[in-house]
Amino acid sequence: MKPSPLRIHRPKTIEEILELLSVHGTSGKIIAGGQSLVPVLNMRLAAPRNLIDITSAAGLDELEVVGDEIRVGALVSHRRLERDPATTSANPILADALRHVAHPAIRNRGTTVGSIAHADPNGEMPMILALTGGWVEVRSVRGARSLTTESLNVGPLETCLEPDELITSAVFPALRPGQRAGFDELARRSGDYGLAGVGMILSTDDNGVDRAGAEATITGLKAGFVSVTDIPDIIELDEFVAGTPLSQVSTILDDVISAIKGFIDPGGDIHASADYRRHLTGVIAGRLLKRLSRQRDGGGSPAGGSEMRQEGAR
Amino acid sequence: MTTRMFGQKIKRREDPRLVTGNGRYLDDLANGSVAAAFVRSPHAHADIIDIDVTGAIDVEGVIAVWTHEDLPGQAADRLPMLIPHPSIVAPHTGFALAPDHVNFVGEPIVMVVARDRYIAEDAAGRIEIEFDLLEPIVGVEQSRAGERIVHQGMSDNVSAHYVQEVGDVDSGLENAPHVLDVELEFERSACMPMEGKGVIAAWNREDESLQVHSSTQTSTGLRAALAARLEIPLTRVEVITPDVGGAFGVKINHPWPEELAVACAARALETTVKWTEDRREHFISSAHERAQTQTVRVGFDDDGRICSLDVKFWHDNGAYIPYGVIVPLNTSTHVMGPYNIANYRVEYWSLYTNTVMVTPYRGAGRAHAVFMMERTVDAIADELGMDRTQVRLNNFVREFPHPMGVTMQDGAEGCLDSGDFVTSLDKLKELVGWDDFEAYRDQARAEGRRVGLGIGCYVESTGAGPYEGGHIEVETSGRVNVWTGLTTHGQAHATVFAQIVADALGVPMDSVHVATGDTRKLSYSVGTWGSRGAVMAGNALHLTAQKVKAKALKIAGESLEADPEDLEIVDGIISVKGDPSSSMPLAAVSVLSNPLRYAFDESARAATQFAKETAAEEPSVKAGEQPGLEEQEFFSPLRSTVANGMHAAIVETDPETADITVLRYCVVHDCGPMINPMVVEGQVHGGVAQGVGGALYERMAYDEDGQLLNASFMDFLMPFASEIPHIETDHLETPSPLNPLGIKGAGEAGTIPTATTIASAIEDAEGFPIRAMPLDPSSLWELRNQHAAGAVPSLKSRRGDSAASSPAPSNSGLQ
Amino acid sequence: MNQMTSNETMAEPTSTIRLSVNGRDHVLEVPDRKLLSDVLRQDLSLTGTHVGCEHGVCGACTVQLDGDPIRSCLIFAASAQDHEVTTVEGIGDDPENPSDVQQAFIDSHGLQCGFCTPGFITTIDAFVDENPDPTEEEAREAISGNLCRCTGYQNIVKAVHRTAELRAACGKQHSETDEEASEANR
Repeated sequence: MKPSPLRIHRPKTIEEILELLSVHGTSGKIIAGGQSLVPVLNMRLAAPRNLIDITSAAGLDELEVVGDEIRVGALVSHRRLERDPATTSANPILADALRHVAHPAIRNRGTTVGSIAHADPNGEMPMILALTGGWVEVRSVRGARSLTTESLNVGPLETCLEPDELITSAVFPALRPGQRAGFDELARRSGDYGLAGVGMILSTDDNGVDRAGAEATITGLKAGFVSVTDIPDIIELDEFVAGTPLSQVSTILDDVISAIKGFIDPGGDIHASADYRRHLTGVIAGRLLKRLSRQRDGGGSPAGGSEMRQEGAR
Repeated sequence: MTTRMFGQKIKRREDPRLVTGNGRYLDDLANGSVAAAFVRSPHAHADIIDIDVTGAIDVEGVIAVWTHEDLPGQAADRLPMLIPHPSIVAPHTGFALAPDHVNFVGEPIVMVVARDRYIAEDAAGRIEIEFDLLEPIVGVEQSRAGERIVHQGMSDNVSAHYVQEVGDVDSGLENAPHVLDVELEFERSACMPMEGKGVIAAWNREDESLQVHSSTQTSTGLRAALAARLEIPLTRVEVITPDVGGAFGVKINHPWPEELAVACAARALETTVKWTEDRREHFISSAHERAQTQTVRVGFDDDGRICSLDVKFWHDNGAYIPYGVIVPLNTSTHVMGPYNIANYRVEYWSLYTNTVMVTPYRGAGRAHAVFMMERTVDAIADELGMDRTQVRLNNFVREFPHPMGVTMQDGAEGCLDSGDFVTSLDKLKELVGWDDFEAYRDQARAEGRRVGLGIGCYVESTGAGPYEGGHIEVETSGRVNVWTGLTTHGQAHATVFAQIVADALGVPMDSVHVATGDTRKLSYSVGTWGSRGAVMAGNALHLTAQKVKAKALKIAGESLEADPEDLEIVDGIISVKGDPSSSMPLAAVSVLSNPLRYAFDESARAATQFAKETAAEEPSVKAGEQPGLEEQEFFSPLRSTVANGMHAAIVETDPETADITVLRYCVVHDCGPMINPMVVEGQVHGGVAQGVGGALYERMAYDEDGQLLNASFMDFLMPFASEIPHIETDHLETPSPLNPLGIKGAGEAGTIPTATTIASAIEDAEGFPIRAMPLDPSSLWELRNQHAAGAVPSLKSRRGDSAASSPAPSNSGLQ
Repeated sequence: MNQMTSNETMAEPTSTIRLSVNGRDHVLEVPDRKLLSDVLRQDLSLTGTHVGCEHGVCGACTVQLDGDPIRSCLIFAASAQDHEVTTVEGIGDDPENPSDVQQAFIDSHGLQCGFCTPGFITTIDAFVDENPDPTEEEAREAISGNLCRCTGYQNIVKAVHRTAELRAACGKQHSETDEEASEANR
C-alpha cells in the first residue's frame, strides 16, 4: 500500500497555489491535512500526478470570530477549531460535532475546510456548515466567489468546485440570541463514521432580555444529518414546533421525528440496514431535541458527552 | 535463600527494549534490500487465460517478474498438506503462484521484485491478467448445497467428514425426558495481529546457503518446508524469528506462498529479498477463522442433566486446507466442555468456499464448540425454568481424571486431568454478584434501562505435544544462555522461561538470557500455538536446567570434595548445604567444565589444560562427558493438559437503539500454577478483548461475488479501548499431573467463551434467544422486530415479562 | 497494454528535503511520494515507528509533529518539513533509561508483542502533558485512537495513569529547576 508516483508542490502564497492549480488542477489535487486523501492514495484508489501541498502557504490559517461569523481558514485543523474558546462561545455546535470526527491524532492533522471540500456524506463538518447556513470562500486565478452549501454540494463526494479553485475559508455563522444547537451520533466504534448523526439548531424567543421568569417558547427548528442523506440537506421543522413552550417539547417529539424519518434517505451497508439507520436517526433526533430543550446556554454537550451511550459503562 | 521466581509478578525483561523503539521486527531488518510485491487475484473463482507482464518489466527499478512457470522444481508443486487427518476426503492446497486457476480474491499470481516496495507496486499495477470468470461459492449454505463446485474433479464441496461417538446417542435421546433442538450460526473473523506476515530471504552464494527471517510461529517448520521445496540440504537453511508483532494463529501455517516464492527469488537472484505484508494483503490473503453453521439435539432430565448430545456442524474452511482440519476437529472434541455427558456424537463437514482459507485463530475451533454447548445449556435452563448456574452444577464433571472418550488433535484420547468446576463457579458467582443480579435488574428497569447477565464455561486442551526442547549454556562469566526452539510473539517468554530456569538452576534471574525461534541454536521444535509455549518449553527448560544443575554439582563436588547430594546452588553460588564457607561460583564451574588449550582471558587461563592437575591416566574430558556447562533436554507429554475457566458478563442494551454495552466482564480462570500471574492476566485481558471483538464488532463481510467488503481497519471493526470493558479476574490453580511444573496453557483462554457469554447476557436482557454471533445494533434491532412480530419466540421463562414480550418501546414507532 | 510502456511511466519525482527529527536536522533526497513513516524507518533507520495499516486507523505509526500526535503514514515526508518530528526514539531510546511513559508501560504490563506500543507512547506522552491528572474515562478515551490486539487495553489505561504519576513526581522534583531541564528529563 504505497502511493503512485507524484510530484509535491509546496507553494508559499495563495497566489502561487492558484497559479499551480491553473496549471495542474486537472491532473492534481490539493492536499492540506491529507487525512482523507492519503489513505486513498496509499490504496491506489486515486493516482494524481501532482499534489499541491498548501500547508506552508501564508494566509490560510486564520481562525477568528468576526461579528457573528466564525471564519475558518483552509489550514485550520479540526483540533484547533474544536478547542477554540471564541468559536465555542459563538457556536458550540462546531466543537460538539468535531469531537465525533475520527480520533484526536486525525483531528490534529485533518482540516475542517478539507473535510468540507471532500464532501463525504458521512462527514460531520459539511453538514454543520449547511445547518448553520454557512458558506465557503473560493478563489482561482479567474477570481473569487462565495458558495453556499446548497450550491457547493452536488452529490456524495462531489462538489461544484472547478479544478483550478481553492476554498480559502469556510464561514460559520454564530448562533443568534435565543438559539441552541447540538450534535449527536451513534458510531460502531469511537471515532468511526456515525451510523447516523443529527445536528439541530433550536430557536426560541428567549433573546436574553429579562423575561421575569416567563418560560421561553420555541420559534423554530432545523436539522441536518450525517450518513443518512447523500448531501448535507437541511430540514426546516418550524411548522411542527413554533409556539411550543420549551417545557412541552415532548408533545412535538413524535411529529418532529416522523418528519425527519420521512425526509432522510439512508442506505444499507455492512454496518447497518437502511431501516435501522432511519429508526436510529429518529431516536438520536428525539434525544437531541430533549437535550436542547433542557439546556440553559447556547448548547454543546458537556465535554464529549453523548446521549447515545449508556452512562457508567465502565 | 533465594525467593522462588515461579509465581511472582516479575516485570517483563523484553519491555525496556520494546518500549524504546529497539525492538527488531521483520520489516526493521535488511533495510535497503530489494522488495517483493504480489499481483493477486481480483476474482474469487476464475481460470487464468493469459498473463501479460510486459508493462511491469519496463518499469525502472524492476528486477524480476515471476509467474508460476518461473518457480523451480518442487517449489512449483502444490503447497504441502501439513497436517493430514483421516477425516480429510479431498485435500486441496494452493500454489506459491497460481498457474491457471484461482479460488479466492487475494490468491497470489505474479511476484514482482524491485528496488523498493513503491516501485514493486508500480510494476504490479501494470501487469494485465485475462480471466475466464466462474461463479463463486460463498458461505456455508452455498457450499453445502453443492450446486457449484469449488475444486474441479470433486462432486461436492466437502473437504472432510468426520463422526465421533461416545456411548449410545440415539437411545440416550429416545429415553430422555426432554429433547431440544438448537440451531446456531457463528461468523468469520480473523487473528489480525498488528504486524502482518513477512519474510526476508538471503542467499549466500559463497556457501550456497539460505538464511530466512520470517514473522512466523514455527521457524523449525518453515526451515524444513523451505529446504524440501527448494531441494537444498537442511543444513544449508536457517530460519530466524525476530520480534513478532502478534500472531494469534495466523502465522502458524507454513510455508506461506510468499515465503516460498521469496526464498526462490533470493536464490535465483543471489541476493536478499524482503516481502512485508501490508494490511490489505493480510485481509485478503492470509487466513480467517470461525464461520460455522451448527445444529444441536440434546436430551435431558428434569434436573437439566444431559443424557445425550447429538451435534452436527458445517465448517467453512475457505479455498484450501494446508493446515488440515484442526479447527473443526477442535470444535468437535471440545463441545462436552466441563460436563459429564455419557452419550455424545459429533458429525462435521468441512466445506470449500471461494474465500480466504481458514486456519486456527486463538481458541482454534473451541470458541465454536463452547458456543454450541453453552447456548444449549442456557436453552435447557430456560426450558426447565432453572437457574443457569444450577443446570451447569448438575452437569459438571467432579472427578479427575475424566476421560472424554474422543480423540483430540494430538491423536490421544481427551482427558480432563485436573480442575474444580464447582469451586470455579462459586468464585465466578461471587465475583459477578450472580445472586444479586435480579435486584440490580429491577433497579435498572425502574430507570428505563435494560440489562442482562450471561455466563459461559469452557475447557481447553492445551500444551499439545509432540515435544519441545531446551538448551542451556552457562558461560564462564556466569551468564546463563537459554534457548528454546519455539517462537515468541508477546508471550513474555524471555521473562517466564528465565523465571523457571532461575529457580531450577539456582541463579539470579538477571543472569538468565532467553532466546527463541532460531534454528541455528535449537533446530528441534514444533512451534508456538494452542496454548503450548509455557507448558511445553517451560517444562523442557525446567528439565534442562535440572540437567545442567546436576552436571554443575558433579564438577563442583570434585573441586569442593563433597558429595553432589550435599551441595546446593543459591544465587549462582554452589556451596555445601549448611556450610557456606565451602563454596564456589557457578561461573567457576563453567570454567572447570571446559579444559582449554588457549588462554585468551582470565577465566580461560584458569581452564587451560595445564592449569589443573588431572590424574595421569584420565583424559581431560572423560568418556561419556562433554566439555562445557551446557545441556539439552526435551519434554514430551502423554497427552494435552486441559485448562478451564468460566466467564460472566453484564450487558446493557439500549431499548431504542439496540446498542450493546458490556458493563462488567468477569473471568475465573484455572491454568494451574501460574509462572507469572501478571503475564497470565495480560493474556486473559487480551483474549477477552478479542472475544468481545468477535462477539460484537468483527466479521468478514463477503458479498456474493466473493469480494471481501471490509478489508480495512475502517470497516473491519477491531475494537479500540473505548469498546472493551474493564475485565475482572480471579484464579483457581489446580495443578496438572501431566507435567513436572503442573502447569496448563493460558494463551487462548480469554477468547474461547466470550461470544457465548455475551450472547447469554444479551439473551437475558432481551428475553429472546440469541443464536447467532456476532451481533451488532442493527441486527439486534432487526431481531427485536422479528420478536415483536412473533417470528422469534420469547424465552419460556420470560413470557409475560413486559420487557421481553413487547416490542422495543419507542417514541417514534417502528418502521 | 504493450503500448502502455515507458512513455507513460511517470518518472519518479524526487526532492531534497530538510527534516527535523528528534532534535536533529537531516537533509535527504527522497521521492516526493515517500511517506514520512517510510522515510523515518528506511532513510533515518528510526525503526521504532511501526507501520500497521497504512490507512491511518491503527495508530502504530503515530509520531508527534510539533508536539501533537499524528499518523506518519498519512503525511508525505516532504510535507513534514518546517515541523519538528518526534518519534518513540525521541521520547526515549535507551533501554537502560526509559522515559516516564516508557517506564509506565513496563510497570503496568502495558505491552505484549510491543508492535503497537510506540504509537501509544507518542500519543500518551502528548496527552499527559495536556491532561496531567486524567480520570479513568479520559485515560481510556485518550488511547482510543490506537489499536492493540494483545493487551485488551486495560493495562495501557493503567500506563496512562502511571505516566501521570511519574510525570507529576518528576515535576515536583524539578519544580526548582528551569523548564528546559525538566523537559530534557522526560
